[in-house]
Amino acid sequence: MHASAIRERLVVIGNGMAGCRAIEEVLARDPARYAITIFGAEPRVNYNRIMLSPVLAGEKCFDDIVINSAEWYAANGIELVAGDPVIRIDREHRRVVSRSGRVEAYDRLLIATGSDPVVIPVPGKDLPGVVTFRDLDDVDRMLAAAERGGPNNERPRAVVIGGGLLGLEAAHGLSLRGMQVSVIHLMPTLMDRQLDEAAGWLLKTELERRGQAILTEADTEAIVEKDGHVAGVRLKGGREILADLVVMAVGIRPNTALAKAAGLECERGVMVDDHMVTSDPAVVAVGECVQHRGQCYGLVAPLWEMCRALADRLTEHALEGSGGYQGSVTSTKLKVSGIEVFSAGDFSGGDGTEDIVMRDAARGVYKRVVLRNDRLVGAVLYGDTADGSWYFDLLKKGEDVSDIRDALIFGQAYASGGALADPNWAVAALSDEAEICGCNGVSKGKVVATIRGGADSLAAVRSQCKASASCGSCTGLVESLLTLTLGDEVQQGARTLCGCTSYTHEDVRRVIVENRLKAIPEVMQQLHWATPDGCAACRPALNYYLLCAWPGEYLDDQKSRFVNERMHANIQKDGTYSVVPRMWGGLTNPRELRAIADVVEKYDAPMVKVTGGQRLDIFGIKKEDLPAVWADLNAAGMVSGHAYGKSLRTVKTCVGSEWCRFGTQDSTSLGVKIERMTWGSWMPHKFKIAVSGCPRNCAEATIKDFGVVCVDSGYELHVGGNGGMKVRVTDLLCKVATEEEALEHCAAFIQLYREQAHYLERTAPWIERVGLEHVKAQLFDDPDAVHRLAARFRISQQFMQDDPWARRAAGERRDLHSHLGEVRPLSLETT
Amino acid sequence: MSPLWLDIGPASQIEPGSARTLPVLGGEEIAVFRTARGEVYALVNKCPHKQGPLSQGIVHGDSVTCPLHNFRISLRSGEALGDDEGCTPTIPLKLEAGRIFLLREAVLGKQAA
Repeated sequence: MHASAIRERLVVIGNGMAGCRAIEEVLARDPARYAITIFGAEPRVNYNRIMLSPVLAGEKCFDDIVINSAEWYAANGIELVAGDPVIRIDREHRRVVSRSGRVEAYDRLLIATGSDPVVIPVPGKDLPGVVTFRDLDDVDRMLAAAERGGPNNERPRAVVIGGGLLGLEAAHGLSLRGMQVSVIHLMPTLMDRQLDEAAGWLLKTELERRGQAILTEADTEAIVEKDGHVAGVRLKGGREILADLVVMAVGIRPNTALAKAAGLECERGVMVDDHMVTSDPAVVAVGECVQHRGQCYGLVAPLWEMCRALADRLTEHALEGSGGYQGSVTSTKLKVSGIEVFSAGDFSGGDGTEDIVMRDAARGVYKRVVLRNDRLVGAVLYGDTADGSWYFDLLKKGEDVSDIRDALIFGQAYASGGALADPNWAVAALSDEAEICGCNGVSKGKVVATIRGGADSLAAVRSQCKASASCGSCTGLVESLLTLTLGDEVQQGARTLCGCTSYTHEDVRRVIVENRLKAIPEVMQQLHWATPDGCAACRPALNYYLLCAWPGEYLDDQKSRFVNERMHANIQKDGTYSVVPRMWGGLTNPRELRAIADVVEKYDAPMVKVTGGQRLDIFGIKKEDLPAVWADLNAAGMVSGHAYGKSLRTVKTCVGSEWCRFGTQDSTSLGVKIERMTWGSWMPHKFKIAVSGCPRNCAEATIKDFGVVCVDSGYELHVGGNGGMKVRVTDLLCKVATEEEALEHCAAFIQLYREQAHYLERTAPWIERVGLEHVKAQLFDDPDAVHRLAARFRISQQFMQDDPWARRAAGERRDLHSHLGEVRPLSLETT
Repeated sequence: MSPLWLDIGPASQIEPGSARTLPVLGGEEIAVFRTARGEVYALVNKCPHKQGPLSQGIVHGDSVTCPLHNFRISLRSGEALGDDEGCTPTIPLKLEAGRIFLLREAVLGKQAA
């Protein structure tokens, strides 16, 4: 008794992981130094909070996650005051007061109050059935809800607000406990603080496959009540999701209340120095409640380092030599069985950083490492996290990795050791029987034999032995085999779609159709895109290819559209827009002309011009005014002229047999019919049509993408003309006898172009590339081909012929046309 | 006392992967970008090349491609990327509780003298 009387008194507020770990570290250095009292808010011994997820999921029970049993406290002479939290710190008299009124004096005080879950301030947040996910009581409440079942013996429903680490672990546990789970996440990407978009998308897809409903960019407006209990969640925008349990897992906030009330310096957390000392030298703090060098941590790993620095201080142990706590680089792993996710460091990219990305669609793997100045600064791994700790180690050491750069993404096994640094080595080491292409069952020996037999490019290997010709996930292996077998003699294949991929336009289009890919991230994953979300070249191309492949099904991605197609007008050099209403076949009337004149005056358009395609172009319209301009033009019966799109532009006509003394057919009316049939269709590039009433060709039909020249006996159909930078006269495709046939052939030719040309390839270079004979063969070898193509075009047109102006004029996507606000500096100064 | 930061409202006003604009009376228009990952950046809405409105470009990763002549601009630094040269001024920004704040003096500093 005498000995303890002269021991210094150390009081710990917080019986959590940080408080107890700190005491363990202190005891390891000097077991006799302090008389220790620990206050805990929870009525139980210290347990491993991060293992609550497995407890919820039923993979562990409470006893499995206890860190320090009651015996540990007794054996070390520690007094545990559990279930009686400290409510006040009296620094002047160096004592603390608990809720029950207990007063405990201290020489040294350790604050380890951890953090509190953030509860979003929405109506209904305090209803029974709304819980957070922080301690064992929360887990018990969730388990009770799962056992209680839903109304009418239905499966009980849970809504988890927050798609971060904790929220997803809660969702996983609840779903294993038989609940039907929806996750509501404010941001577009799940675990947005730990994952990039590509990994987040894979995670979302996997969770959805497991039956969870994942709602991203969903903002909670209120918790809905029924009979005094939670009944659902209402989102901004009005959507309601039924719920018998709502879990709020939107984040944590350092618990600084006691420290603040005691006058200790606090910002987001309790401020500490490198030895975890607060603004009062007698008070130290550790764990999630502290703020060190501007950082607050919500993960467990930094705790261990903090506790060591703290114990060094409290025991004056190695204080001279110890630099104290230097801050932590953290890594994250998601504890959801069967889903491997790892992230560490800074992977937001940016200046001076370089991404190395590897995707393996067959295995569902995405790996990305980020380098800056030849040093690893971040890593995101999905599907295969075996090398997570190795990357994390490289990251913390900050060593130059340029020597192993080429093999870095393949992991430690390939990258370790200079001799193995060549990624081709791994392929060279494979046996001849090893399967390279799983889709077509092609072995390494067969691929090598094919290469030795003369296949000197990827395309040649694909066509001769089918390796990499299906899903394409073995392309990298085949390329390695080409290099190993032929060295520098490998022939580069056709130009790839863009720098983000090694695939050509044809490959991408084929894979989209064969594998029924229906979203841009899906294509990028399947085809191993080298960038997280593509570039300004591939995004519009993929958007078009998907739109063309899945009419009516694919949801157009406006973010992947060039400005003109997003704004439905042509951007000019000063940032204003020009507006061209459609005039069918170049015909107009007083009502349209008046409406155009009114728009010009009402919106102060500085110029109106007649275009080469026989339309009127109104210049200088501001983006904010576009919807109003369109509303006025719509009111006069006019729709979008698509003068801005990779789409049908205009059908130019001459007056034909109705007026002209030379006219042979009614070219004007045919032009109007063609334009009515083709308007609104998205194409690889812009598409111009003209109809001339006689071979004098006043409508200049022989420099259009599709031109009709009327003759006495019928209609000559010309294709592939261009009046632009490189003038190209059309090729004669065929001659038909009737208007109906002319229309049918026009639809078929357009559809062939839509399905086969590269994005941003006009008909002229397309025909030069594939040859007129190819086009003719595709249209005429099979007598049904024209009708089949034309039928596909008409199906697609059912979904395309919807005036985009009318929808915008009615208020759709107002955000694209309005400013966020306006800053008026003078009024701000005075108010 | 005028506040140090200008609150320009919730980040959710901007669709991820796009930008919206903020005109400054007597000054330069500011483009506020939100990337697909949810990061937010503010730049003067002018390409260093021919003053194209960057807010209307395609946003990919943390860069934007100018709608006029395809200059690629870093949203972090405003620097032209690749072989192009030039730099667009950036506006310091912070995100708090889902709301976007722009550094006041940087916004007003964009006023024409």
